[in-house]
Amino acid sequence: MRLVHPLATARGKGPAKSGVEHWWMQRLTAIALVPLMIWFVSAMAGLAGASHEDATIWLTDPLNAALMIAFIVAAFHHAQLGLQVVIEDYIHGPLWEYGLLISVKLLAILATIVAVLSILRVMFGG
Amino acid sequence: MNQRPLSPHLQVYKPQLTSVLSITHRATGIVLAGGALLAVYWLYALASGASAYAEAQALLASWFGKLVLMGMMFALFYHLLNGIRHLFWDAGHGLELKSAYQTGWAVVILSAILTLGSWAFILGGLR
Repeated sequence: MRLVHPLATARGKGPAKSGVEHWWMQRLTAIALVPLMIWFVSAMAGLAGASHEDATIWLTDPLNAALMIAFIVAAFHHAQLGLQVVIEDYIHGPLWEYGLLISVKLLAILATIVAVLSILRVMFGG
Repeated sequence: MNQRPLSPHLQVYKPQLTSVLSITHRATGIVLAGGALLAVYWLYALASGASAYAEAQALLASWFGKLVLMGMMFALFYHLLNGIRHLFWDAGHGLELKSAYQTGWAVVILSAILTLGSWAFILGGLR
């Protein structure tokens, strides 16, 4: 007789393995991106045609820099989670599927780092 | 790789508002991932100095840049509005067929209005 409930055996071992974390982070970043996206679009509209000096002054404001970093982090996290699902649904075969998944995930991290370092350089000069 | 059927099979369904809006959500999501990279390019140019920034501004204000921005604005407003629709579904609201169609048309109309407004801004105001 096994004292382990079948659920404990099944947990994390089905075809889905894990999924709640993915689902939840997709929604969490989506909720964050609703106000951040509205802020980003209005900010960019206000900055249309702005000089280098004006744009620098704008991004040097800690609130703008913080919101921009929050926007970039949420956007790329959301994007790579979404692209992961698209790749898993439509691309099959180990080479393309995993190649694309790895590329998307690494590119999202790299782009986030470039953006954050750029924002910091604008803030602190360089 | 085994040969069991995989979903979704786009080819075997008759297109209807709900399915077209669903696949458009995915398509605009892919486009917006490119848009996020464009934002990183702009931030990088801003951090790189006045001449790199001027180059980026000129590129964005060119006819091609404006075309890309106009496409991005549609993708952005559509994905934002339809994303809110999805969040309400996730909370268990608006899943009935009638309300799914109503909110679907609301997304279509509102994103059209916002997109056209942003296009007027891009074509009229962006130097």
